[in-house]
Amino acid sequence: MAETNVQELLHQTQEADLLRFTTAGSVDDGKSTMIGRLIYDSKGIYEDQLESVIQASKNLNRDDVDLALLLDGLRSEREQGITIDVAYRYFSTPKRRFIIADTPGHVQYTRNMVTGASTANLAVVLIDAKNGVLTQSKRHGFIASLLGIPHIVVAVNKMDLVGYDKAVFNKIRKTYSEFAAKLNITDLAYIPMSALKGDNVVNKSENMPWYKGVALLNHLENVYIGSDRNLIDFRFPVQCVNRPNQGFRGYCGQVVSGVIRVGSEIMVLPSGKKSRVKRIATYDGDLEYVFPPQSVTLCLEDEIDITRGDMIVHPRNLPKLEREFESMLVWMSDEPLRLNKQYLIKNSTNVVRARISELFYRVDPDDLHRENAETLQLNEIGRVVVDLFKAVPYDEYRKNRATGGFIIIDPMTNATLGAGMIIDRSRYRASVGNNQKKIVSKHISRKSGEVTDTDRQRLLAQKPVTIWLTGLSGSGKSTIGYGIEKRLVDDGHACYVLDGDNVRHGLNRDLGFSPKDRKENIRRIAEVARLFNESGLIVVTSFISPYRADRESARNIIGETRFFEIHIDAPVEICEERDPKGLYKKARAGEIPEFTGVSAPYESPETPSLQIATDKLDVRESVDAVIAMLKEKGILNE
Amino acid sequence: MEKYRISNLKYLEAESIHILREVVAEFENPVMLYSVGKDSSVMVRLAQKAFHPGKLPFPLLHVDTTRKFPEMYEFRDNFVKEIGADLKVYTNLEAINNNINPYDSGTVKCCSQLKTQALLNALEEGNYDAAFGGGRRDEEKSRAKERVYSFRDEHGQWDPQNQRPELWNLYNSRINRDKGENIRVFPLSNWTELDIWHYIKLENIPMNPLYYAAEREIVRRNGLLIPYYKDKVPLKPGEKIEKIMCRFRTLGCIDCTAAIESSATTIDEIIQEMMLVRKSERITRVIDHDQDSSMEQKKKEGYF
Repeated sequence: MAETNVQELLHQTQEADLLRFTTAGSVDDGKSTMIGRLIYDSKGIYEDQLESVIQASKNLNRDDVDLALLLDGLRSEREQGITIDVAYRYFSTPKRRFIIADTPGHVQYTRNMVTGASTANLAVVLIDAKNGVLTQSKRHGFIASLLGIPHIVVAVNKMDLVGYDKAVFNKIRKTYSEFAAKLNITDLAYIPMSALKGDNVVNKSENMPWYKGVALLNHLENVYIGSDRNLIDFRFPVQCVNRPNQGFRGYCGQVVSGVIRVGSEIMVLPSGKKSRVKRIATYDGDLEYVFPPQSVTLCLEDEIDITRGDMIVHPRNLPKLEREFESMLVWMSDEPLRLNKQYLIKNSTNVVRARISELFYRVDPDDLHRENAETLQLNEIGRVVVDLFKAVPYDEYRKNRATGGFIIIDPMTNATLGAGMIIDRSRYRASVGNNQKKIVSKHISRKSGEVTDTDRQRLLAQKPVTIWLTGLSGSGKSTIGYGIEKRLVDDGHACYVLDGDNVRHGLNRDLGFSPKDRKENIRRIAEVARLFNESGLIVVTSFISPYRADRESARNIIGETRFFEIHIDAPVEICEERDPKGLYKKARAGEIPEFTGVSAPYESPETPSLQIATDKLDVRESVDAVIAMLKEKGILNE
Repeated sequence: MEKYRISNLKYLEAESIHILREVVAEFENPVMLYSVGKDSSVMVRLAQKAFHPGKLPFPLLHVDTTRKFPEMYEFRDNFVKEIGADLKVYTNLEAINNNINPYDSGTVKCCSQLKTQALLNALEEGNYDAAFGGGRRDEEKSRAKERVYSFRDEHGQWDPQNQRPELWNLYNSRINRDKGENIRVFPLSNWTELDIWHYIKLENIPMNPLYYAAEREIVRRNGLLIPYYKDKVPLKPGEKIEKIMCRFRTLGCIDCTAAIESSATTIDEIIQEMMLVRKSERITRVIDHDQDSSMEQKKKEGYF
């Protein structure tokens, strides 16, 4: 009997595949309890480990046995009751074996989450049903998508505390789905759960008959990960050369993607020399073909000079080989990023000197907004240009996690400072949540001179911002806009108004008033406003800009910190009564199609920096209100 | 798609081989800790695979407390001879001459001198910049937080709150060699105890007889089954020697390694037992329980 069991188990071990997943949750939303339950119920915790948890719970005067103590491996973590560092956990079921990268959810520990996510196929994002979707929940989803995790499970935990209410679950699902639509996630699942009570973790809950899906463990066991591996693009970064005697010369490495066979033609990068695979040598005998993630030794037909850092590829499927790439960069050091400082980059098996030559923007991971930034601090994420001192073979991270990821090392302190995900350069400034066209020639790259934004601000003694006025035609935007300009210039500030008269007649004269053209109109205006801001000017824009999404996109282009949305608000009847340009009359007569307020919608701002009711305030009072707001926000001095 | 699948043990093997090769390519003078136990045996096999058909490109280092089981010394010498490895043995002779032992000095001091200090001395003497250890993250809770490349300062100390982030399979091998900094490398990080036994069976790796059940002379001490070896383990008043069918789940010093009652005399029976066992292997190591957070404390001081 023993014999059969062992044979059966060995067979299962042979057959079972491996799922690596990461867990992210905010403080107290029950992550450790969930993991504890997954492991305990699948018998991954030993009695003495449980005993020590019981003992530790007593020592810390906790009322219940705290399964989190099992996971918090460091003494300071147990004492403070928080998780500091990534911990790896192991458990298996007959179907699959699992490696969990258990990462802390505190805001300040983004770097650990990124670390845990880097090797995961799946992420479990926990949301406390009581609290709903928090900014951290969004951050976790963003990081998972940034790190290219193909599968995400949103576990809505503590359902027992909301009476297992379907409506609570549905509301969270709706809110999160709206957010996730902006991310690049291929597979997103939602599971209502109570880790404490055991609902839908390992066993299907009887408390939520309205939920037709499966329990978490069942999902983890069955999610299809076969297509996560890249079997197309053959990439073999050479780790070392094995030459034990005159008769053998092989190149050691791990196949990170693609498949190669004995006899296949190969190319070596960067030299570009070609040969064929003569042998695929292993300790257990030669192989006919190899695929990821096998570690083997390749022998070639011809004697070519190959060293560590070279990459063996298929000659008709080449990675990029360049001295510069763009990437998303996660900064992981207390020492902020310094542009143009010399760093080391490790990508595949290459370590090369490099500089971060440009920082386009910083992303706020909580709402995906892009912000202007001059550096990246600990746990900040931005889009950068990496300038390498020599060309290395690489792929876009989205296509190949193994050849598209890199780490940054400080050559002085040897610390790991950050991690990056390479972006295809032709998608210049394509960012999450941004609808801009993405056509930019690969020959154009942003160059910056030696004058910084700070220098310009000092010269003009002002903080450049964009005051974005939005409202119906006739609401008073232009009048107020020019009023603001006059007041600012009188006070010694450099300011300029962009409005229909100076934009529609020149820059945007090719555009009409369809939603598509309105969108492009706003995009161009936002880009101009951004350039003016970068040159140091304060900009006032005066456009109807009726669509929320377009204004949101303008906010992204200009940058969160520089963008002030002001709703110039007046009832449509009053605007129509004013009708300074006679446009309402024409629209009513059907002479102007798609006229906002008459035949096209106006979407009011939800949370404007300021709302001015022009049916109640006159021009001077309106301008006063704007100036007061700018002073309050610290843009203008008191 | 079936033909592009490998078992999870092969996945772990490929990952470990990648780590071994990275270290050999990036460090000047690596060494592999060899403790004669099951994890060491697996680690050595993986190294043979990584550099096949060449020999191991680094020496093995046995930190010898002189208090190991006699069977371990015998096994070690045969094993090393068979695979043609270069074995270095280091003992903290100063501590031995000062009569450091678990009975008079206590286990904490004994361990600190004969294991941790001996290891640090050996690494310094050999001028090694990287040292492979067979530690696994599933062994103990502080080890669950350990990196594959564990940076150690010039005193071999681990700073768990300030570890280098480790992403993908990109390991940061940069150290200040002149200052005496080094990296401890754990190629078996993601293996579990059961994986080790599965692999031993699949690969037919020779194992020390102590792992198999046999009738052995035992004294019961603090609820643990401590092996009795004449002249090596002094009896305390009231203790008596019993003959018990037992085996060892882990191997260490005689005085501090407890046996478990077992009738498993083959690898299959051991695996069967592992499937049912409800206690972790570290329960048989006296030293893990001699103070609060003992493993973390030892690691901070330079232990593996």
